[in-house]
Amino acid sequence: MANYSANQFKNGLKVMLDGDPCSMLDVEFVKPGKGQAFTRVKMRNLITGRVWERTFKSNESIESADVMDTDLEYLYSDGEMWHFMDTSTFEQVAADQNAIGDAAKWLKEQDKIMVTLWNGNPIAVTPPNFVELEVVETDPGVKGDTAQGGSKPATLSTGAIVRVPLFIEIGEKLRIDTRSGEYVSRA
Amino acid sequence: MYSNEWQPTASLTNLRQRAELFKSIRHFFDQRNVMEVDTQILSHCAVSDPFIDSLSVEYRPHPNAEGQFLHLQTSPEYAMKRLLASGSGDIYQLGKVFRNGEVGRRHNPEFTMLEWYRLGFSLEDLMDEVEDLVKTQIADLPWRRVSYRELFIDVLQLDPFTASLQELQYACRQQVEASFDDDDRDTWLNLLMSHIIEPQLTGAVFVHSYPPSQAALACVHPDSTGAQVSERFELYLDGLELANGYHELANPQEQSQRLTADQQQRALLGLPQRPLERRLVKALEHGLPECSGVALGVDRLLMRMLKAESIAEVIPFGFERA
Repeated sequence: MANYSANQFKNGLKVMLDGDPCSMLDVEFVKPGKGQAFTRVKMRNLITGRVWERTFKSNESIESADVMDTDLEYLYSDGEMWHFMDTSTFEQVAADQNAIGDAAKWLKEQDKIMVTLWNGNPIAVTPPNFVELEVVETDPGVKGDTAQGGSKPATLSTGAIVRVPLFIEIGEKLRIDTRSGEYVSRA
Repeated sequence: MYSNEWQPTASLTNLRQRAELFKSIRHFFDQRNVMEVDTQILSHCAVSDPFIDSLSVEYRPHPNAEGQFLHLQTSPEYAMKRLLASGSGDIYQLGKVFRNGEVGRRHNPEFTMLEWYRLGFSLEDLMDEVEDLVKTQIADLPWRRVSYRELFIDVLQLDPFTASLQELQYACRQQVEASFDDDDRDTWLNLLMSHIIEPQLTGAVFVHSYPPSQAALACVHPDSTGAQVSERFELYLDGLELANGYHELANPQEQSQRLTADQQQRALLGLPQRPLERRLVKALEHGLPECSGVALGVDRLLMRMLKAESIAEVIPFGFERA
Protein backbone atom coordinates (compact mmCIF):
# COMPACT_ATOMS: atom_id res chain seq x y z
CA MET A 1 0.00 0.00 0.00
CA ALA A 2 1.03 3.55 -0.54
CA ASN A 3 2.23 5.75 2.28
CA TYR A 4 1.15 9.30 2.87
CA SER A 5 3.46 11.78 4.54
CA ALA A 6 1.97 14.35 6.89
CA ASN A 7 2.24 17.14 4.34
CA GLN A 8 -0.03 15.15 1.99
CA PHE A 9 -2.80 14.74 4.57
CA LYS A 10 -6.17 16.10 3.58
CA ASN A 11 -9.79 15.76 4.55
CA GLY A 12 -11.28 12.44 3.52
CA LEU A 13 -7.95 10.58 3.30
CA LYS A 14 -8.22 6.97 4.52
CA VAL A 15 -5.27 5.61 6.47
CA MET A 16 -4.35 2.70 8.72
CA LEU A 17 -3.77 3.55 12.38
CA ASP A 18 -3.19 0.97 15.10
CA GLY A 19 -4.53 -1.71 12.76
CA ASP A 20 -7.82 -0.01 11.93
CA PRO A 21 -8.85 1.99 8.86
CA CYS A 22 -9.47 5.63 9.74
CA SER A 23 -10.77 8.62 7.86
CA MET A 24 -9.41 12.15 8.24
CA LEU A 25 -12.22 14.52 9.13
CA ASP A 26 -10.23 17.70 9.60
CA VAL A 27 -6.58 18.42 8.88
CA GLU A 28 -4.91 21.46 10.37
CA PHE A 29 -1.43 22.73 9.67
CA VAL A 30 0.15 23.97 12.90
CA LYS A 31 3.39 25.89 12.62
CA PRO A 32 4.91 28.18 15.20
CA GLY A 33 6.71 31.14 13.59
CA LYS A 34 9.96 29.62 14.77
CA GLY A 35 9.98 25.88 15.08
CA GLN A 36 8.88 22.65 13.60
CA ALA A 37 5.56 22.20 11.79
CA PHE A 38 2.91 19.78 12.99
CA THR A 39 -0.17 18.39 11.33
CA ARG A 40 -3.09 18.03 13.67
CA VAL A 41 -5.74 15.64 12.43
CA LYS A 42 -9.23 14.88 13.62
CA MET A 43 -9.80 11.22 12.75
CA ARG A 44 -12.63 8.77 12.72
CA ASN A 45 -11.92 5.11 13.28
CA LEU A 46 -14.09 3.49 10.59
CA ILE A 47 -14.52 0.30 12.58
CA THR A 48 -15.36 1.66 16.02
CA GLY A 49 -16.65 5.08 15.01
CA ARG A 50 -14.39 6.75 17.61
CA VAL A 51 -13.46 10.34 16.74
CA TRP A 52 -10.27 11.79 18.22
CA GLU A 53 -7.30 14.03 17.48
CA ARG A 54 -3.76 13.06 16.73
CA THR A 55 -0.71 15.18 15.93
CA PHE A 56 2.00 14.28 13.45
CA LYS A 57 5.39 15.75 12.61
CA SER A 58 5.75 16.80 9.01
CA ASN A 59 8.21 13.99 8.29
CA GLU A 60 5.97 11.24 9.66
CA SER A 61 4.15 9.03 7.24
CA ILE A 62 1.35 6.51 7.54
CA GLU A 63 0.04 3.70 5.42
CA SER A 64 -3.00 4.30 3.28
CA ALA A 65 -6.07 2.14 3.86
CA ASP A 66 -7.76 0.32 0.99
CA VAL A 67 -11.11 1.86 1.75
CA MET A 68 -13.63 2.51 -1.00
CA ASP A 69 -17.14 3.89 -1.05
CA THR A 70 -19.29 1.98 -3.54
CA ASP A 71 -22.94 2.29 -4.55
CA LEU A 72 -24.52 -1.15 -4.25
CA GLU A 73 -28.04 -2.43 -4.56
CA TYR A 74 -29.57 -3.74 -1.36
CA LEU A 75 -30.94 -7.26 -1.90
CA TYR A 76 -32.23 -8.70 1.37
CA SER A 77 -31.42 -9.55 4.96
CA ASP A 78 -31.33 -13.10 6.27
CA GLY A 79 -31.58 -11.84 9.83
CA GLU A 80 -27.85 -12.07 10.47
CA MET A 81 -26.33 -10.50 7.37
CA TRP A 82 -27.43 -7.83 4.93
CA HIS A 83 -26.72 -8.65 1.31
CA PHE A 84 -25.75 -6.17 -1.41
CA MET A 85 -24.91 -6.47 -5.09
CA ASP A 86 -22.83 -4.51 -7.52
CA THR A 87 -25.27 -4.17 -10.41
CA SER A 88 -22.54 -3.95 -13.05
CA THR A 89 -20.51 -7.00 -11.98
CA PHE A 90 -23.27 -8.88 -10.10
CA GLU A 91 -20.77 -9.45 -7.31
CA GLN A 92 -22.37 -9.72 -3.92
CA VAL A 93 -21.13 -8.69 -0.48
CA ALA A 94 -22.65 -9.27 2.93
CA ALA A 95 -22.49 -6.81 5.80
CA ASP A 96 -22.88 -7.74 9.45
CA GLN A 97 -24.67 -5.90 12.24
CA ASN A 98 -21.56 -3.84 13.11
CA ALA A 99 -21.22 -2.53 9.58
CA ILE A 100 -24.93 -1.88 9.16
CA GLY A 101 -25.50 -0.11 12.46
CA ASP A 102 -28.42 2.29 12.38
CA ALA A 103 -28.72 2.09 8.61
CA ALA A 104 -30.72 -1.17 8.88
CA LYS A 105 -33.99 0.61 9.51
CA TRP A 106 -33.75 2.63 6.28
CA LEU A 107 -32.82 -0.18 3.86
CA LYS A 108 -35.43 -0.95 1.23
CA GLU A 109 -34.87 -3.74 -1.25
CA GLN A 110 -33.53 -2.56 -4.61
CA ASP A 111 -32.44 0.83 -3.24
CA LYS A 112 -28.92 2.03 -4.07
CA ILE A 113 -26.92 2.24 -0.87
CA MET A 114 -23.40 3.52 -0.21
CA VAL A 115 -21.35 0.67 1.22
CA THR A 116 -17.83 1.36 2.47
CA LEU A 117 -15.50 -1.52 1.72
CA TRP A 118 -12.19 -2.13 3.45
CA ASN A 119 -10.06 -4.71 1.63
CA GLY A 120 -13.27 -5.66 -0.13
CA ASN A 121 -15.32 -6.19 3.04
CA PRO A 122 -18.17 -3.91 4.11
CA ILE A 123 -17.35 -1.87 7.20
CA ALA A 124 -20.02 0.82 6.97
CA VAL A 125 -23.34 1.36 5.25
CA THR A 126 -24.75 4.81 4.57
CA PRO A 127 -28.37 5.07 3.46
CA PRO A 128 -29.42 7.77 0.98
CA ASN A 129 -30.21 11.11 2.67
CA PHE A 130 -33.87 10.65 1.71
CA VAL A 131 -35.84 7.41 1.44
CA GLU A 132 -39.45 6.69 0.52
CA LEU A 133 -41.13 4.12 2.74
CA GLU A 134 -44.65 2.86 3.25
CA VAL A 135 -46.57 3.18 6.52
CA VAL A 136 -47.57 -0.27 7.80
CA GLU A 137 -48.99 0.75 11.15
CA THR A 138 -50.29 3.97 12.74
CA ASP A 139 -53.37 5.28 14.52
CA PRO A 140 -56.27 6.22 12.23
CA GLY A 141 -55.83 9.55 10.47
CA VAL A 142 -57.60 12.64 11.77
CA LYS A 143 -59.58 14.14 8.88
CA GLY A 144 -59.49 17.84 8.27
CA ASP A 145 -56.46 18.31 10.49
CA THR A 146 -53.93 19.05 7.76
CA ALA A 147 -52.57 22.36 8.94
CA GLN A 148 -52.46 22.08 12.72
CA GLY A 149 -49.43 20.66 14.49
CA GLY A 150 -49.49 17.47 16.43
CA SER A 151 -47.92 14.15 15.53
CA LYS A 152 -48.16 10.43 16.16
CA PRO A 153 -45.83 7.48 15.73
CA ALA A 154 -45.96 5.44 12.53
CA THR A 155 -44.21 2.17 11.78
CA LEU A 156 -42.72 1.93 8.29
CA SER A 157 -42.18 -1.11 6.07
CA THR A 158 -38.57 -1.43 7.22
CA GLY A 159 -39.54 -1.43 10.89
CA ALA A 160 -38.45 2.16 11.50
CA ILE A 161 -40.73 4.24 13.72
CA VAL A 162 -41.04 7.94 12.91
CA ARG A 163 -43.22 10.82 14.10
CA VAL A 164 -45.70 11.77 11.40
CA PRO A 165 -48.55 14.34 11.15
CA LEU A 166 -51.95 13.22 12.41
CA PHE A 167 -53.50 13.01 8.91
CA ILE A 168 -51.20 10.21 7.69
CA GLU A 169 -52.90 6.84 6.99
CA ILE A 170 -51.68 3.24 6.75
CA GLY A 171 -50.52 2.43 3.23
CA GLU A 172 -49.25 5.92 2.42
CA LYS A 173 -45.70 6.39 1.15
CA LEU A 174 -43.60 8.93 3.05
CA ARG A 175 -40.39 10.76 2.35
CA ILE A 176 -38.00 10.51 5.33
CA ASP A 177 -34.69 12.28 6.02
CA THR A 178 -32.45 9.45 7.23
CA ARG A 179 -29.91 11.82 8.81
CA SER A 180 -32.42 13.15 11.33
CA GLY A 181 -34.91 10.29 11.12
CA GLU A 182 -37.67 12.85 10.51
CA TYR A 183 -40.73 12.87 8.28
CA VAL A 184 -40.38 15.30 5.36
CA SER A 185 -43.55 14.91 3.30
CA ARG A 186 -45.84 12.49 1.54
CA ALA A 187 -43.95 10.87 -1.30
CA MET B 1 -13.05 22.17 -11.51
CA TYR B 2 -15.85 24.07 -9.78
CA SER B 3 -17.46 26.83 -11.78
CA ASN B 4 -16.79 29.43 -9.06
CA GLU B 5 -13.04 28.84 -8.98
CA TRP B 6 -12.37 31.98 -10.96
CA GLN B 7 -13.80 34.09 -8.16
CA PRO B 8 -11.81 35.63 -5.29
CA THR B 9 -11.71 33.83 -1.95
CA ALA B 10 -12.17 37.15 -0.11
CA SER B 11 -15.34 39.18 -0.25
CA LEU B 12 -15.12 42.66 -1.74
CA THR B 13 -15.98 44.08 1.68
CA ASN B 14 -12.93 42.33 3.11
CA LEU B 15 -10.75 43.54 0.25
CA ARG B 16 -11.82 47.13 0.91
CA GLN B 17 -10.88 46.63 4.58
CA ARG B 18 -7.56 45.24 3.41
CA ALA B 19 -6.89 48.33 1.32
CA GLU B 20 -7.83 50.55 4.28
CA LEU B 21 -5.44 48.62 6.50
CA PHE B 22 -2.52 49.12 4.08
CA LYS B 23 -3.30 52.82 3.95
CA SER B 24 -3.50 53.06 7.71
CA ILE B 25 -0.20 51.19 8.23
CA ARG B 26 1.60 53.53 5.85
CA HIS B 27 0.09 56.53 7.59
CA PHE B 28 1.20 55.18 10.99
CA PHE B 29 4.84 54.92 9.92
CA ASP B 30 4.79 58.11 7.91
CA GLN B 31 3.73 60.00 11.03
CA ARG B 32 6.59 58.43 12.96
CA ASN B 33 9.16 59.21 10.27
CA VAL B 34 9.91 55.59 9.49
CA MET B 35 10.97 55.17 5.87
CA GLU B 36 9.30 52.61 3.63
CA VAL B 37 11.69 50.28 1.79
CA ASP B 38 11.07 47.48 -0.67
CA THR B 39 13.99 45.08 -0.67
CA GLN B 40 14.34 42.24 -3.15
CA ILE B 41 11.97 39.31 -3.09
CA LEU B 42 14.38 37.15 -5.10
CA SER B 43 17.71 36.49 -3.42
CA HIS B 44 20.89 34.52 -4.08
CA CYS B 45 20.78 33.39 -0.47
CA ALA B 46 18.11 31.66 1.59
CA VAL B 47 16.96 31.77 5.19
CA SER B 48 19.01 29.46 7.41
CA ASP B 49 16.20 28.51 9.83
CA PRO B 50 15.81 24.71 9.50
CA PHE B 51 12.05 24.93 9.95
CA ILE B 52 11.39 27.50 7.28
CA ASP B 53 11.60 26.15 3.75
CA SER B 54 12.34 28.64 0.98
CA LEU B 55 10.74 28.44 -2.43
CA SER B 56 13.49 28.17 -5.00
CA VAL B 57 13.03 29.43 -8.53
CA GLU B 58 15.24 28.91 -11.52
CA TYR B 59 16.97 31.97 -12.88
CA ARG B 60 18.35 31.72 -16.42
CA PRO B 61 20.47 34.29 -18.26
CA HIS B 62 18.76 33.05 -21.44
CA PRO B 63 15.65 30.83 -21.88
CA ASN B 64 17.78 27.93 -23.14
CA ALA B 65 20.71 28.43 -20.82
CA GLU B 66 21.34 26.35 -17.75
CA GLY B 67 19.64 27.91 -14.75
CA GLN B 68 20.68 28.58 -11.19
CA PHE B 69 18.37 28.54 -8.21
CA LEU B 70 17.48 31.76 -6.48
CA HIS B 71 15.25 31.92 -3.43
CA LEU B 72 12.11 33.86 -2.62
CA GLN B 73 12.38 35.79 0.63
CA THR B 74 10.74 34.21 3.67
CA SER B 75 11.12 37.57 5.46
CA PRO B 76 12.98 40.73 4.46
CA GLU B 77 15.07 40.55 7.64
CA TYR B 78 18.53 39.97 6.14
CA ALA B 79 18.12 42.65 3.47
CA MET B 80 16.67 45.18 5.89
CA LYS B 81 19.56 44.66 8.31
CA ARG B 82 21.99 45.27 5.45
CA LEU B 83 20.18 48.58 4.91
CA LEU B 84 20.33 49.40 8.63
CA ALA B 85 24.07 48.74 8.65
CA SER B 86 24.38 51.09 5.67
CA GLY B 87 22.84 53.89 7.71
CA SER B 88 19.21 53.82 6.55
CA GLY B 89 17.79 54.76 9.94
CA ASP B 90 14.30 53.57 10.95
CA ILE B 91 12.70 51.52 8.16
CA TYR B 92 9.61 49.45 7.46
CA GLN B 93 8.57 47.12 4.68
CA LEU B 94 5.08 45.99 3.73
CA GLY B 95 5.18 43.23 1.17
CA LYS B 96 4.94 39.62 0.12
CA VAL B 97 6.99 36.82 1.59
CA PHE B 98 6.96 33.12 0.68
CA ARG B 99 7.17 29.96 2.75
CA ASN B 100 7.13 26.58 1.12
CA GLY B 101 4.56 24.03 2.20
CA GLU B 102 2.73 26.30 4.64
CA VAL B 103 -0.95 25.95 3.81
CA GLY B 104 -3.80 25.88 6.28
CA ARG B 105 -6.50 27.95 7.90
CA ARG B 106 -3.85 30.31 9.27
CA HIS B 107 -1.20 29.84 6.59
CA ASN B 108 -0.82 30.68 2.94
CA PRO B 109 2.50 29.96 1.17
CA GLU B 110 2.54 33.58 -0.03
CA PHE B 111 1.53 36.15 2.55
CA THR B 112 1.86 39.81 3.43
CA MET B 113 4.35 40.74 6.09
CA LEU B 114 4.93 44.05 7.79
CA GLU B 115 8.45 44.25 9.15
CA TRP B 116 10.05 47.23 10.83
CA TYR B 117 13.20 48.25 12.70
CA ARG B 118 13.62 51.02 15.22
CA LEU B 119 17.00 52.41 16.22
CA GLY B 120 17.63 52.73 19.95
CA PHE B 121 14.39 50.92 20.83
CA SER B 122 14.44 48.37 23.62
CA LEU B 123 12.23 45.31 23.28
CA GLU B 124 9.75 47.02 25.64
CA ASP B 125 9.70 50.17 23.47
CA LEU B 126 8.95 48.03 20.45
CA MET B 127 6.17 46.14 22.24
CA ASP B 128 4.66 49.56 23.03
CA GLU B 129 4.77 50.50 19.36
CA VAL B 130 3.27 47.22 18.18
CA GLU B 131 0.51 47.79 20.72
CA ASP B 132 -0.06 51.32 19.37
CA LEU B 133 -0.32 50.00 15.82
CA VAL B 134 -2.71 47.17 16.63
CA LYS B 135 -4.84 49.54 18.71
CA THR B 136 -5.39 51.72 15.65
CA GLN B 137 -7.26 48.73 14.20
CA ILE B 138 -8.75 46.87 17.16
CA ALA B 139 -9.69 49.12 20.04
CA ASP B 140 -11.30 46.80 22.56
CA LEU B 141 -8.62 44.21 23.29
CA PRO B 142 -7.27 43.65 26.80
CA TRP B 143 -3.43 43.72 26.73
CA ARG B 144 -0.89 41.91 28.88
CA ARG B 145 2.75 40.85 28.86
CA VAL B 146 4.04 37.61 30.29
CA SER B 147 7.36 35.83 30.11
CA TYR B 148 7.62 32.43 28.43
CA ARG B 149 8.60 30.91 31.74
CA GLU B 150 5.72 32.47 33.72
CA LEU B 151 3.28 31.34 31.05
CA PHE B 152 4.39 27.69 31.16
CA ILE B 153 4.39 27.67 34.95
CA ASP B 154 0.97 29.28 35.02
CA VAL B 155 -0.70 26.92 32.51
CA LEU B 156 1.29 23.71 32.90
CA GLN B 157 3.09 24.04 36.26
CA LEU B 158 6.28 23.35 34.34
CA ASP B 159 9.45 25.45 34.08
CA PRO B 160 10.36 25.37 30.37
CA PHE B 161 13.97 26.28 31.14
CA THR B 162 14.70 23.52 33.61
CA ALA B 163 12.22 20.70 32.82
CA SER B 164 13.88 17.58 31.45
CA LEU B 165 13.10 16.16 28.03
CA GLN B 166 11.16 13.35 29.74
CA GLU B 167 9.07 15.80 31.76
CA LEU B 168 8.21 17.78 28.64
CA GLN B 169 7.28 14.62 26.72
CA TYR B 170 5.18 13.42 29.61
CA ALA B 171 3.33 16.75 29.87
CA CYS B 172 2.61 16.65 26.13
CA ARG B 173 1.43 13.07 26.07
CA GLN B 174 -0.97 13.75 28.93
CA GLN B 175 -2.95 16.03 26.63
CA VAL B 176 -1.87 15.46 23.04
CA GLU B 177 -1.85 12.18 21.17
CA ALA B 178 1.42 12.03 19.28
CA SER B 179 3.32 8.84 18.65
CA PHE B 180 6.54 10.32 17.26
CA ASP B 181 9.77 10.59 19.19
CA ASP B 182 12.07 13.56 19.24
CA ASP B 183 15.04 14.34 21.43
CA ASP B 184 14.85 18.07 20.76
CA ARG B 185 13.33 19.83 23.79
CA ASP B 186 12.08 22.62 21.53
CA THR B 187 9.83 20.23 19.61
CA TRP B 188 7.99 19.43 22.83
CA LEU B 189 7.97 23.04 23.98
CA ASN B 190 6.49 24.06 20.62
CA LEU B 191 3.92 21.29 20.83
CA LEU B 192 2.87 22.39 24.32
CA MET B 193 2.78 26.01 23.20
CA SER B 194 0.77 25.44 20.01
CA HIS B 195 -1.63 22.74 21.25
CA ILE B 196 -2.25 23.63 24.87
CA ILE B 197 -1.15 27.14 25.73
CA GLU B 198 -2.07 29.12 22.60
CA PRO B 199 -5.76 28.13 22.64
CA GLN B 200 -5.94 29.53 26.19
CA LEU B 201 -4.48 32.93 25.33
CA THR B 202 -7.30 35.43 25.23
CA GLY B 203 -6.98 39.09 24.33
CA ALA B 204 -3.65 40.50 23.19
CA VAL B 205 -0.74 38.76 24.88
CA PHE B 206 2.95 39.52 24.45
CA VAL B 207 5.00 36.46 25.37
CA HIS B 208 8.64 37.41 25.92
CA SER B 209 11.99 36.12 27.17
CA TYR B 210 12.22 32.88 25.21
CA PRO B 211 14.69 30.08 25.87
CA PRO B 212 18.04 30.76 24.13
CA SER B 213 17.48 27.74 21.88
CA GLN B 214 14.56 29.70 20.38
CA ALA B 215 16.43 32.99 20.06
CA ALA B 216 16.56 32.99 16.25
CA LEU B 217 18.21 36.39 15.62
CA ALA B 218 17.58 37.94 19.04
CA CYS B 219 20.17 38.92 21.64
CA VAL B 220 20.62 36.51 24.51
CA HIS B 221 21.41 37.79 28.01
CA PRO B 222 21.15 36.55 31.60
CA ASP B 223 17.89 37.39 33.41
CA SER B 224 17.54 38.26 37.12
CA THR B 225 17.89 34.57 38.07
CA GLY B 226 21.06 34.22 36.03
CA ALA B 227 19.39 32.02 33.37
CA GLN B 228 20.14 32.87 29.76
CA VAL B 229 17.04 34.23 28.00
CA SER B 230 16.57 35.61 24.53
CA GLU B 231 15.22 39.10 24.02
CA ARG B 232 12.40 38.02 21.79
CA PHE B 233 8.66 38.46 21.96
CA GLU B 234 5.68 37.00 20.19
CA LEU B 235 2.31 38.70 20.11
CA TYR B 236 -0.84 36.59 20.17
CA LEU B 237 -4.33 37.93 19.48
CA ASP B 238 -6.83 35.54 21.01
CA GLY B 239 -4.38 32.68 20.49
CA LEU B 240 -3.52 33.68 16.93
CA GLU B 241 0.23 34.20 16.51
CA LEU B 242 0.60 37.65 14.99
CA ALA B 243 4.07 39.13 15.41
CA ASN B 244 7.60 38.13 16.31
CA GLY B 245 10.06 40.73 17.60
CA TYR B 246 13.72 40.81 18.63
CA HIS B 247 16.20 43.03 20.27
CA GLU B 248 18.43 42.45 17.30
CA LEU B 249 21.62 40.48 17.50
CA ALA B 250 24.45 42.79 16.38
CA ASN B 251 27.45 40.61 17.16
CA PRO B 252 28.90 39.32 13.85
CA GLN B 253 30.72 36.32 15.35
CA GLU B 254 27.58 35.18 17.13
CA GLN B 255 25.55 35.76 13.95
CA SER B 256 28.03 33.72 11.95
CA GLN B 257 27.91 30.87 14.47
CA ARG B 258 24.11 30.79 14.40
CA LEU B 259 24.07 30.57 10.60
CA THR B 260 26.55 27.71 10.73
CA ALA B 261 24.64 25.95 13.51
CA ASP B 262 21.42 26.18 11.49
CA GLN B 263 23.15 24.71 8.46
CA GLN B 264 24.50 21.84 10.57
CA GLN B 265 21.05 21.15 11.98
CA ARG B 266 19.69 21.16 8.42
CA ALA B 267 22.28 18.56 7.46
CA LEU B 268 21.36 16.41 10.47
CA LEU B 269 17.68 16.57 9.55
CA GLY B 270 18.35 15.82 5.89
CA LEU B 271 17.07 19.24 4.83
CA PRO B 272 18.31 21.15 1.77
CA GLN B 273 21.58 23.04 2.14
CA ARG B 274 21.11 26.46 0.61
CA PRO B 275 23.52 29.40 0.39
CA LEU B 276 23.83 31.18 3.74
CA GLU B 277 23.54 34.95 3.81
CA ARG B 278 27.14 35.67 4.78
CA ARG B 279 26.71 39.27 3.61
CA LEU B 280 24.64 39.76 6.76
CA VAL B 281 27.72 38.89 8.83
CA LYS B 282 29.73 41.41 6.79
CA ALA B 283 27.07 44.02 7.43
CA LEU B 284 27.22 43.33 11.17
CA GLU B 285 31.01 43.59 11.05
CA HIS B 286 30.54 47.02 9.53
CA GLY B 287 28.13 47.79 12.36
CA LEU B 288 24.44 47.27 12.98
CA PRO B 289 23.03 50.13 15.04
CA GLU B 290 21.48 49.18 18.36
CA CYS B 291 17.89 48.36 17.37
CA SER B 292 14.81 46.23 17.79
CA GLY B 293 12.71 44.86 14.97
CA VAL B 294 9.49 42.99 14.46
CA ALA B 295 7.64 41.11 11.73
CA LEU B 296 3.85 41.13 11.77
CA GLY B 297 1.49 38.99 9.71
CA VAL B 298 -0.82 41.50 8.05
CA ASP B 299 -3.28 38.88 6.76
CA ARG B 300 -3.62 37.50 10.27
CA LEU B 301 -4.24 40.96 11.70
CA LEU B 302 -7.00 41.33 9.14
CA MET B 303 -8.36 37.89 10.06
CA ARG B 304 -8.70 39.02 13.65
CA MET B 305 -10.16 42.42 12.68
CA LEU B 306 -12.79 40.79 10.47
CA LYS B 307 -13.22 37.70 12.67
CA ALA B 308 -12.36 35.53 9.65
CA GLU B 309 -11.95 31.79 10.20
CA SER B 310 -9.52 31.28 7.36
CA ILE B 311 -6.73 33.32 5.82
CA ALA B 312 -8.21 32.79 2.34
CA GLU B 313 -11.14 35.00 3.41
CA VAL B 314 -8.86 38.03 3.68
CA ILE B 315 -6.59 37.65 0.65
CA PRO B 316 -7.85 38.12 -2.92
CA PHE B 317 -7.04 34.59 -4.09
CA GLY B 318 -6.14 31.92 -1.55
CA PHE B 319 -3.53 29.32 -2.49
CA GLU B 320 -5.98 26.87 -4.09
CA ARG B 321 -7.20 29.54 -6.48
CA ALA B 322 -3.91 31.36 -6.97
